[in-house]
Amino acid sequence: MATTTSTPGVVAGRRPPRRPRSVLAPRWLPYALLAPALLFELLVHIVPMVTGIYISTLKLNQFFVRRWLEAPSAGIDNFSVALNFDGAIGSSLLRSFGVTFAFTVATLAFSWALGMFAAVLLQRDFRGRALLRTLFLIPYALPVYAGVITWKFMLGRDNGMVNALLGDLGITDGDTFWLLGGNAFASTVVVAVWRLWPFAFLTLMAGLQSIPNDVYEAAAVDGAGLWQQFRSFTLPMLRPVNQVLLLVLFLWSFNDFNVPYILFGQSVPASADLISIHVYQSSFITWNFGVGSAMSVLLLLVLLVITAVYLPLTNRRLRDA
Amino acid sequence: MRDPLSFRVLRVVGLSLLSLFVLAPIYVMVSSSLKPLGDVQGEFTWIPSTLTVQPFVDIWSTIPLARYFANSLVISLLATLCSVVLAISAAYAISRYRFRGRSAFRVTVLSTQMFPGILFLLPLYLIFVNLGQLTGFALQGSRVALVITYLTFSLPFAIWMLVGYFDSIPRELDEAAHVDGAGPVGALVRVILPSAAPGIAAVSIYSFMTAWGETLFASVMTNSTSRTLAIGLREYSTQTNVYWNEVMAASLVVSVPVVAGFLLLQRYLVQGLTAGAVK
Amino acid sequence: MRRRTLGTALLAAAALTTTTLTSCSSGEGSGDSGGEAQTLTYWASNQGTSLDNDKEILTPELEKFTQQTGIEVELEVIPWDSLLNRILSATTSGEAPDVLNIGNTWSASLQATGAFLPFEDEQYEAIGGKDKFLQSSLSSTGAEGEPPTSVPLYGLAYGLFYNKQMFADAGVQPPTTWAQLVDAAKRLTDPATGTYGMTVAGASYTENAHFAFMFGKQNGAEFFDDSGEPTFTEEGNVAGLKQYLDLMASDQVVSPSAAEHPTTNDMIGDFTSGKAAMFMGQNNSAATIESNGMTGEQYGVIPIPILDPLPSGGQRVNSHVAGINMSVFADSDNTEGALQLVEFMTNKEEQVVLNQKFGSLPVTEEASSDPAFQTENLKIFNSVLADTAAALPMIPNESQFETTVGQAMQDLFGRIATGQSVGEAEITEALEGAQEQMASGA
Repeated sequence: MATTTSTPGVVAGRRPPRRPRSVLAPRWLPYALLAPALLFELLVHIVPMVTGIYISTLKLNQFFVRRWLEAPSAGIDNFSVALNFDGAIGSSLLRSFGVTFAFTVATLAFSWALGMFAAVLLQRDFRGRALLRTLFLIPYALPVYAGVITWKFMLGRDNGMVNALLGDLGITDGDTFWLLGGNAFASTVVVAVWRLWPFAFLTLMAGLQSIPNDVYEAAAVDGAGLWQQFRSFTLPMLRPVNQVLLLVLFLWSFNDFNVPYILFGQSVPASADLISIHVYQSSFITWNFGVGSAMSVLLLLVLLVITAVYLPLTNRRLRDA
Repeated sequence: MRDPLSFRVLRVVGLSLLSLFVLAPIYVMVSSSLKPLGDVQGEFTWIPSTLTVQPFVDIWSTIPLARYFANSLVISLLATLCSVVLAISAAYAISRYRFRGRSAFRVTVLSTQMFPGILFLLPLYLIFVNLGQLTGFALQGSRVALVITYLTFSLPFAIWMLVGYFDSIPRELDEAAHVDGAGPVGALVRVILPSAAPGIAAVSIYSFMTAWGETLFASVMTNSTSRTLAIGLREYSTQTNVYWNEVMAASLVVSVPVVAGFLLLQRYLVQGLTAGAVK
Repeated sequence: MRRRTLGTALLAAAALTTTTLTSCSSGEGSGDSGGEAQTLTYWASNQGTSLDNDKEILTPELEKFTQQTGIEVELEVIPWDSLLNRILSATTSGEAPDVLNIGNTWSASLQATGAFLPFEDEQYEAIGGKDKFLQSSLSSTGAEGEPPTSVPLYGLAYGLFYNKQMFADAGVQPPTTWAQLVDAAKRLTDPATGTYGMTVAGASYTENAHFAFMFGKQNGAEFFDDSGEPTFTEEGNVAGLKQYLDLMASDQVVSPSAAEHPTTNDMIGDFTSGKAAMFMGQNNSAATIESNGMTGEQYGVIPIPILDPLPSGGQRVNSHVAGINMSVFADSDNTEGALQLVEFMTNKEEQVVLNQKFGSLPVTEEASSDPAFQTENLKIFNSVLADTAAALPMIPNESQFETTVGQAMQDLFGRIATGQSVGEAEITEALEGAQEQMASGA
């Protein structure tokens, strides 16, 4: 490699680069540098995604999964089952999408609001600021399962801390099921927010630090109140950060698998049946990989539509980043 | 300039409430890990009836925790190492060269970040099974399969962040190294890597956390020999009792290394985020 | 043909990348085991009071086997909630044990995957002949007309366990009809003190499915017709599910907490701690009861009371032919050794030792006559197996019946526990959903 760079003139003379390079190198070099990363991406993401689309057209159940290449074709049967909203499978898939959207909106809103709130409160120095900053990051730093399993313990009906607290305070009679029925939705949101808001906090704090202090001082001289300062300076200046942050939070909550999986295990109540876990269960409980894959493809389409709408807004940023 | 009183009151109240929200589970985890089994079976008690470290002793024998710990450690470290090396190489190419397919690569890699793991899980499982049959090496269920899978999870973010870091390193430095007779790889090793060390540290802790906490693929692609902590911890609750005190003790034990690492390195992660997104 | 080409092409693309895989992960041991022919891997199901308890019971026996044959056995005990998935996963990946336990109701389903060694005359010969097994146990080893892919190992049946002291305190007699059972349970229930007449494992899909089957039978229904087509939503099945669910719903003799019980051990815990006066469980529950500190004199066992009078078409069924079978993976590289292990586990001595320790019933003629199994309680289970037990349908879809119906019932229990009303309409809807799910995977 080092020898080729000793003849820069030849390389440059044969095909002048459009932009000057800092270090001249053979044309294949960047490709060689990218190749390993690309290979693994191909193996783990791209090839399986294409394979998944192929599997969605197969009748692939427990009797064929051993020799899945020989599974009979199902045509579009898997899709018509998944999309038949009058049937049990289709309607529960539709419901799962609905639950996922509601969960995503709630998680996103609360995580962002809490993160923003804390970032603003911690913007200026005071005693204990560094300690709180570190403290607030702990939920995000904990391994997912460690945090969520603790919540599972806390949300238990008979021996959980949440019921003990609410009972002691006299708010409820202390025997609420938090992990069954409709309450499961609220529980899932709370746990997800607990885990995710520190990330919003971290990002927004970084964003706030890049706002020069004299902006505020000038505003204070002008007599602008705190709320006004926040609305007319802070928010607009955080716009670029928010665009990326919201996208990331959206994808993480929309795709969340860990929280419901660890909270509920095998049986997820309908109200907390997020799409990832729905597809997982549809595939592995009845070992029906064909329909499971068809659901995956539908999920892929939904995500593509969402990002196609959202990306043009942030596209410039992602390209420039 | 002093903050107005109303703001300070809001700050005290707001931050106290947030701290309670954040700390409640931490308190439950720590206090329950010091309780005897009887304390965690009946109604919740705020204070242990007696303090005991027995759960921290028992966790190692109730389930093969040490093995799961070692598995998680080996898998996460290898995945991190591979991921960081691959990301440095790719980020260097993107940051320093203009070539055909450059943006296509970035879009492809970044977009894989958007899709949930469940999309890849089934096919990847089957592919690993078949690759195993083809090559005679039992890939499915092995640690290698998890290393391969996990390293790609953090790759897009790592590349994205390192490109931001590398871009912020002046090209004049590369050229200086070049004048000294270094090739592209020499420049990368001698100039770029030292300057981007904080970014590399941040990417490493991110990759490590991703692998350490992953549940979905671990639930399908591990067996009893390769099982990781994420799945192993559930075994405290499949027996006659749920040993909640041990679950909490084990959760604490497996959390300490990552939390400590994260808190130490989070500063660089923030820098990386700002380099990538805010600038 | 074209489909296979595409699949192969995808594989080839993936294979291309394998070259780099090793470079990044070399130096790392594989998780593979069972390379040596003289070691067998054995997956045991959870029969004892805990996974550890199973290991404690099996290890000395397997050591005997090693002494006799020189074959080492690597044992793993797998909990029920993941056993079926682990087995199916093993059939796919080929990374499987040599010998394993299966729930006998899954026999035909697992047979259909083609991953298990069929027992023809030659294999039966190797394990001591087909005739050594009890006829009733052999009824649940595979689909009719095909060589079975499993042999019986432990025999089980359902019965009603009751707390003698609590019955005496409340002046209640052991019930003989379902109505009496509900009535007794009501008299034993006092939510104020946290005591209930009955308890269930509402979050265990296998338990739920077993009760769906037996109460469906009592109400004159079947879950599959003669051609193997699902008939989940038959009136009798709805009534059967309702009979069971109503224990928590309208009768309110089961604590709502039971909706969160994922294992029978949770249910037995309620029973031994005095929170519940009765539960319906299989004979091996006795071992757990006694390990929880309750003695044999403190509880009684009777057959589960049956509806009286029976609805039209109803059958006197209060158990399925329950049990554990043993299978050998066809891919095993030591089939001979695997069969030796099967022979060992089903010989007279081991049948007596193991069934005694697990509280289950022997599956061979010889062992059954052993005095150890002539106790009063075991006689009751034996009579249930002989007179009022029916085999679950031996068809490939059976395991999916258990998962879909069992899970649907788990969901219904959850709804009942949180105060929603669950009546015929909701049950019918849930069964429709289960049937559709099953049909889509068939």
